[in-house]
Amino acid sequence: MTTRTAIMPDRGLGDRLSALFWRRPKLLLMLLITPPLIWLGVIYLGSLAALLVQSFFSIDEFSGVINYELTLKTYGELFRAANLDIIIRTLLMSTAVTLTSAVVAFPIAYFAARFARGRWKAVFYLGIMLPLWSSYLVKVYAWKLILAKEGILTWAATKLHATFVMDAVLALPWVGGNSLSTSFIGTWIVFVYVWMPYMILPLQASLERVPTSMLEASADLGATRGQTLRTVILPLAMPGMIAGSIFTFSLTMGDYIIPQIIGTSARFIGQAVYQLQGTAGNIPLAAAFAVVPIVIMLIYLALAKRAGAFDAL
Amino acid sequence: MTSAVSFAKVSRHFGKVKAVDQVDLEIAEGSFFAMLGPSGSGKTTCLRLISGFEQPTAGHIRIFGEDVSQTPPNRRSVNTVFQDYALFPHLNVRDNVAYGPMVAGVPKAQRHAKAEEMLDLVKLGSYGDRKPGQLSGGQRQRVALARALINEPRVLLLDEPLGALDLKLREAMQDELKSLQKRLGITFVFVTHDQHEALSMADQLVIFSDGKIAQQGSPEDVYARPNSRFVADFVGSSNVLSPDLTRALGGPAKWASLRPEKTMLAAPAKAAVKGTVTAVRYLGAASRVVLDVGGNEIAALVPAGQDLPVQGAEAGIAFEPDALHVMEREV
Repeated sequence: MTTRTAIMPDRGLGDRLSALFWRRPKLLLMLLITPPLIWLGVIYLGSLAALLVQSFFSIDEFSGVINYELTLKTYGELFRAANLDIIIRTLLMSTAVTLTSAVVAFPIAYFAARFARGRWKAVFYLGIMLPLWSSYLVKVYAWKLILAKEGILTWAATKLHATFVMDAVLALPWVGGNSLSTSFIGTWIVFVYVWMPYMILPLQASLERVPTSMLEASADLGATRGQTLRTVILPLAMPGMIAGSIFTFSLTMGDYIIPQIIGTSARFIGQAVYQLQGTAGNIPLAAAFAVVPIVIMLIYLALAKRAGAFDAL
Repeated sequence: MTSAVSFAKVSRHFGKVKAVDQVDLEIAEGSFFAMLGPSGSGKTTCLRLISGFEQPTAGHIRIFGEDVSQTPPNRRSVNTVFQDYALFPHLNVRDNVAYGPMVAGVPKAQRHAKAEEMLDLVKLGSYGDRKPGQLSGGQRQRVALARALINEPRVLLLDEPLGALDLKLREAMQDELKSLQKRLGITFVFVTHDQHEALSMADQLVIFSDGKIAQQGSPEDVYARPNSRFVADFVGSSNVLSPDLTRALGGPAKWASLRPEKTMLAAPAKAAVKGTVTAVRYLGAASRVVLDVGGNEIAALVPAGQDLPVQGAEAGIAFEPDALHVMEREV
C-alpha cells in the first residue's frame, strides 16, 4: 500500500483561493454582495432619494423655472381637487384590478398547486408566462381590437343576439361608455389581463407550500370545504396573495400606457407624471405624484401586516 | 357487540396497484388496535379508508354498524393524528386544539375552555399561546393528539404516531398513549411499520402484506405463533427454518420459526445440528450470535454474562422443545 501524505499537494490558484475563503468565510460573502449593494445603494436608492428631494422643490408658475428651495408648496398643489381626482381614480382602479386578479387567479393557482403534475405543470407555467414574452404594447393594441366598437366582442355579441348585455354593461354610470375600448371597464379588463401572471405565480407558490395533510386535518376535524377554504387555505395563501397584490396594485398605479390606449380621457397617476415631466416640465409636481404610490404601498403593507397577513410566513 | 370498525371484502385499487385487496377486518370497541406492515403493504390506505380520505373501490366499511360509503370525512365521528401532525401554522396551540369545536360553531369562550382542558390532558397546559413552530416534535404530537381528541371521536386513528420522535421520547409516548387509551376508553387504531411499537402497545394487531392481511391476533399469538414465513420474519426477525432443517432439529418436514431469544448455543458434540459462527454482535443486554448452518442463517440471542463463541468457531444449536413453531402456510 502506498502511503499518502496527510496534506494533498497544492494544485495552483484555485486551491489557494479556496484556502483563503475557507480561512476567511466573510471575505467571499463580501465579494459576492458588494456589487449588488452598490447597485441598490447608489443607483436605485440614490435615484429614489433624488425623486423625493425633487418633490420638495417648487416651480415658478410664470417663468417655469424650478426653485431649488425646500418647500411643501408642490404637495399643496398635489392636493388640489383636479389632482386629487387623479389620485382617487388611480387608487380605485388599482383596488378593482387587484381584487379581480385575486379572484380570477385563485382557482388557476389552486389547480396548478394541487392537481397539476409533470407535463401539466409545464403547460401551466408556459400558459402563464407566454403572455409575458410578447410585447406589452402589442398585447394592449390587440385588446383594443377586441374591445373596440367594431371589434370581436361586439361582433360575437351581435351573432349571439346578446347585444343587449353589452349595451347594459356600457350603460353603467361612470364605468361605462361609448364602447368597451373607451370605458373604464375596458381599462380594467386589460389591466387585469396584463398583470395576471404576477398574481398567479406567487399565489401558486404559497398554495404549493400547504401540505395536503393540513386540508385533510381540517376535514377530519369536521370542517366543510368552505370552512377549510376560509380558515386554512386562505390564511396560508395570504402571504402569496399579498405579494401578488403588491405587483398588481403598484403596477396599475404606475402605468400610463394602458389608460392612454384603452379608456376615457380621464387621467391616471402614471399619465399625470408622464405629462408633467415632459410637456409641462413640472418635475417637482411629477415627483410629488410619483411619491403617492410609494406612500400608498407603505400604508397598504402596514395594514396587511397588522391584519396578520404575514403570520403564516 | 358491534365492532367499532368493520371491513367487508374491502378493496382499494389505484389503477393496477391493489393497495388494499379484499380485506375483512373487525376492530373491537375499546381496543388498542395496531396495523403493522412494511411500507406499501396497505396499512396506511386502510387507515385512510376509515377516516374517509380514500374510498373503497369495492366492499363496505361500517363504523359502529353504520355503512359510511356515502359519508365524507367531516361527518365521521373519527379523528386522526397525522404522521406529520398537520398543525395549522397560522393558529396558536389553543386555536389549533379548538379548531374542531370552532368549525362546529361553539362560542369562543367555551371552545377555549375545552381546549385548555385537552391541553392539560396531554400535559401542555401552559402552551396555549405558542405557535406550533415554537414547539418540539414531541410537543407538537401532543397538540395533534389534543386536537384530535377534543371532538370526542368514537375511534381515534394514529398514522405512524411515534415515527418522528427519538427513541427515549418514543418509549415515554408509548406508555402515555396506552394509559390515555385506557382512561378514555376510545378505540385507538394505529399504523406502524415498527414491530416493537405494535407488540408493546396493541391488544390486537393485524399484519399486512401486499394489500392483504397476513395474520391477525393478539401480540402474543402473532409473535409466538406466526402463520407464515413473512410474519415470522417481519415480527421480531425470527429464524425461519426450511423443512429439511426443521426435520433435522426433530420437527416435521415443514417450514418453522425459531425465535433468536429461545435459541441457545450448545457444545457441538452434544447437538444434532451445528454450524459455524459468522458474526457476534454486542447489543448491551445480550449478544446476537449468527451461525451458518449449511447455508441457512440462524441467530441466537445470548444473554450478557454467558460465554460467547469467537467468529469461525463451531457451535451447536439447542432449544426448548416447545420453542419450535411449525407454520401452517407455505409463504
